[in-house]
Amino acid sequence: MAVQSTTRSGLPEVKRPKVRKPRIGRVIGDSLAGRVIRIYVPLLLFLVVTLFPFYWMAITSFKSASELFDFSVSPLWVREPTLAWYQHLLTQTNFPHWAFNTAVVAIISTLISLFCSVLAGYSLARLRYRGADSIGWGIFVTYLVPPTLLFLPLTFVIRELHLFNNLWALILTYPTFLIPFCTWMLMGFFKGIPHELEEAALVDGATRIQAMLRIAIPLAVPGILAAALFAFTLSWNEFLYALIFMNDSLVKTIPVGVTQELIHGDEFFWGELMAAALLGSVPVAVLYSFFVDHFVAGMTAGAVKG
Amino acid sequence: MGTATRAEPVPVWHQRRVRIYDREAPLGYLLLVPTLVVLGIFLLYPFFFGMWLSITDSELGNVGKFIGLGNYRFELRNTDGVFYGAVINTFLYTGVTTVFKLGLGLVMALLLNQVFPFRRFVRAALLLPYIIPTVLSYEAWRWMFDPTFSVINWLLVNTHLVHYPGPNWLGVPANAMAALMVVNVWRGTPFYAISFLAGMQVIPVDLYEAARVDGARRWQQFTNITLPLLRPVLLVVLLLSTILTFADFQGPFVLTNGAPYNSTQLLSIWAYQWGIPGGAIGLGAAISLVLFPLLTIVVAAVLFMLRRPE
Repeated sequence: MAVQSTTRSGLPEVKRPKVRKPRIGRVIGDSLAGRVIRIYVPLLLFLVVTLFPFYWMAITSFKSASELFDFSVSPLWVREPTLAWYQHLLTQTNFPHWAFNTAVVAIISTLISLFCSVLAGYSLARLRYRGADSIGWGIFVTYLVPPTLLFLPLTFVIRELHLFNNLWALILTYPTFLIPFCTWMLMGFFKGIPHELEEAALVDGATRIQAMLRIAIPLAVPGILAAALFAFTLSWNEFLYALIFMNDSLVKTIPVGVTQELIHGDEFFWGELMAAALLGSVPVAVLYSFFVDHFVAGMTAGAVKG
Repeated sequence: MGTATRAEPVPVWHQRRVRIYDREAPLGYLLLVPTLVVLGIFLLYPFFFGMWLSITDSELGNVGKFIGLGNYRFELRNTDGVFYGAVINTFLYTGVTTVFKLGLGLVMALLLNQVFPFRRFVRAALLLPYIIPTVLSYEAWRWMFDPTFSVINWLLVNTHLVHYPGPNWLGVPANAMAALMVVNVWRGTPFYAISFLAGMQVIPVDLYEAARVDGARRWQQFTNITLPLLRPVLLVVLLLSTILTFADFQGPFVLTNGAPYNSTQLLSIWAYQWGIPGGAIGLGAAISLVLFPLLTIVVAAVLFMLRRPE
């Protein structure tokens, strides 16, 4: 705008104070009305549709049994909030066990996947040897074999290993979908680290492994963090394997426990179900709210460079 | 080896370099070992074992005997057309939701790339559905689609958009499929948006400034700069998302589980129903294996559509 006004008047000296805001991002300055229609209204719509299910989940969990099914007055607000569902959930069901199991499985399988994919990602992105490209492709192609295709034969593998109703069944199978994703993402990060840094270390007498451990991996920490977040979220979210390998109530994970055990026949205890859904979502939501930028950074490395 | 026997003096750093690069291959393979072991045991082996299972009459717990293509024949002929329905539904479900996720994801990413107050908060909030465990948010949706106490219907009736009872979301075939798609789009759009946003943030601002100087309108900037430069991201996102949607299990399982009357039956759900509650692992494996060639076709189609324009 400022540029235009100078050319129009034809004078380099401007009457108005030339306050040009530093433009962050790609905003094209225009009227407030334009911005409202172009940005705020659509954003608001997106926000309402996106957040309403969570709002509904939250208020349902605080409603008493009678209020839950009372639609004669607006159901969009809680009149007499109660913590009864939470109390019942935490004391009368196995929910605490499920939460513990989910956390254990998510943490250990994330660590295993990170270990494997940091090494594999480094190897595929930084080292030159025959077959590296084809192996890289091969790992990517494993996406074509999703859990839906594997769960039936896997029941035999798990039986053979005597891991039914054992958390290790999940800890060992989750990496099959975590490793390809993390490797692919970390390859992007490793590719972004200048070769000169490692070469300088090599020239100074470091071994290749030292160069990897002391230079490349520390520089890839943001990527490793992003991969860890994705892996943790994906494991926390996993349902199919947990549904099939875990039949004992005490070893179930949150998603399976909530869908299988909080519904008795045809009776839905929506208050309790929503309380469980909310509690089960909190850890990932909190973790994620701290690291949104790492999520975006992770996608940048993986999708853009990968 | 060469470096050790070489007679002429070679600079020390060069010697080291050559020796070190000679050693890259063993280290390269060594670093891949953990990954290949895990993927080999829990991915590659089950995949081929699944192929074998699909041509046996295996049941839950014991590997059966070879029965040739019996499972496939049964699947194609003797299940009242459920198989064809499931194939069509799987394609429909993937196709329709992908189009919407792509469109809405682009819009969401463009919005998130703007400057506005509480940007961080809004961005985190909009990406929430992708983070929250699918099964848990789908339970909330199931409650919102409740046949008698649907809050969606309450809203629609009270804003006079529909007449009193409102649609039965999960009980009527067409509605159930639509509901399934709506929720999938709701959950999947943020993934597209996150990725597109990431892609947009690495596009150099100079390009837009140059275009603006040349008088390009916003729409022209979008079609001539943003879209072409997003192509690599678009490719990866579409690939991942179509694969995951094609083989989607948990959402549809929680929301409809194939009901009513197999109208929302997908290959993944059907394979589960035969394999685990039904106990016919061989048949289940045969059903889920059908996904593989179909998935390959879908992936090939995506790659073809997004091939480098040359």
